[in-house]
Amino acid sequence: MKLPNFPKPIARFVSTLPSWPASRAFVAAGNLVAWPSLRDLDWSHVAGRRFRVQVSDLGLKLYFSVHANGFRALHNGLADVTFTATAQDFARLALRLEDPDTLFFNRRLLIEGDTDLGLTVKNMLDAVELETAAAGMPGGMGRVVMKLRHLALK
Amino acid sequence: MPALLELICPAGSLPALKAAVDNGANGVYLGLKDNTNARNFAGLNFDAKSLAVGIRYAHDKGVKVLMALNTYPQPATLPRWHQAVDIAATTGLDAIILADPGLMAYARKTHPNLRLHLSVQGSATSYEAVNFYRERFGIQRAVLPRVLSLPQVENVVNNTDVEIELFGFGGLCVMVEGRCLLSSYACGDSPNTFGACSPGHAVRWQQTPKGMETRLNGVLIDRYADNEKAGYPTLCKGRFDVQGETYYALEEPTSLNSMEMLPEMARLGIAAIKIEGRQRSPAYVAQVTQVWRAAIDAVKKAPQTFKPNPAWMAQLNKVSEGSMSTLGAYYRPWK
Repeated sequence: MKLPNFPKPIARFVSTLPSWPASRAFVAAGNLVAWPSLRDLDWSHVAGRRFRVQVSDLGLKLYFSVHANGFRALHNGLADVTFTATAQDFARLALRLEDPDTLFFNRRLLIEGDTDLGLTVKNMLDAVELETAAAGMPGGMGRVVMKLRHLALK
Repeated sequence: MPALLELICPAGSLPALKAAVDNGANGVYLGLKDNTNARNFAGLNFDAKSLAVGIRYAHDKGVKVLMALNTYPQPATLPRWHQAVDIAATTGLDAIILADPGLMAYARKTHPNLRLHLSVQGSATSYEAVNFYRERFGIQRAVLPRVLSLPQVENVVNNTDVEIELFGFGGLCVMVEGRCLLSSYACGDSPNTFGACSPGHAVRWQQTPKGMETRLNGVLIDRYADNEKAGYPTLCKGRFDVQGETYYALEEPTSLNSMEMLPEMARLGIAAIKIEGRQRSPAYVAQVTQVWRAAIDAVKKAPQTFKPNPAWMAQLNKVSEGSMSTLGAYYRPWK
């Protein structure tokens, strides 16, 4: 099964959102869902660096940094490293269905700015076990994530 | 029974190791989190804890664990390389993959029971070289550089007792493995001592109106139009202006895929097939291991009628650099 593309009306709506509230919403979700399985990683080389995630098909730009106590939203501005891909490709990366190098070769993922920082984060996230991360998610979300991955692998 | 076509897969992290084991690898190879191995990228590789978990996971399923210690120690930091050899010997690893003769001598003397493999970085292309490492250091397997044609491989195999491992799939070097100075020239860090070709700190990608530009230490090495596939940011795969014409002057971004040579490799008694890619994610390891497991099983069952399944080849091309692959030097009429 392929993961579906974002429905066009929703994409149009999302593209009108300003960055700050979107970054805050993203960070809140990240802290709730992902942070429990990421808090034990050594973030010392990454703390305080500014990340920008550009969801190209939604026209969405998310700004945030990572600290010892979780993600923090940032106002628009300069980023140390920027990742650009579609919503679907970001989802496929998060579900471990796709390898970032593969997406890069196919020009579906762009990493601009501090490449070393981008690679560091990519490698740190790769070292997290998806099952463990899913087990740490609240309210049965982990089961949904593993189910999605399972369906997409078929 | 001697090893035949063992599938050796890359692991840059614990999830990648598990992906290799779960999808049918016979062995995984990994490195420590420092420049004792040639994939020294931030956040990648194993520390003592993940190594112990990884070894247990692999051994529980009968899969071997090999450690790459394939860079060249420098005098000031030699104890770290020795320590890495000691770690390998005391944690139950099945073999270490070495390039430096000094390190081989240390391993041989200090841990005589530790199995030694000669790394591709050792750049041994003749049976004389391979046998030298056997006589002096007791190596039991050699990974041959991707510069030999299969008849040349056969000549090595026929004149040595050392097991021979060949690259099956993955990133392709510019054919002077272990002796390449291109990254060193551009970045100031030699892959053989720093442990990485085109290290992240030297790489910059930028989307510009003319296309996506790749710079290595400030030098423009390629510019991709929107519809063009990309490759790794290495000098050997850059496009350069040569007498007024801009083209891939050294090699195109492409990956090695030797799958159609598998029957020939089985006939030669090749001990193992290596998959490149410790820098890549668990998804790649799972996809590539699965395909090669199926192919090796098929060739062992019916070598005469073996043909690579088009779906396997499509899957491998998808994850390849530049989305294409080559037989490299294995098949070429010239010597």
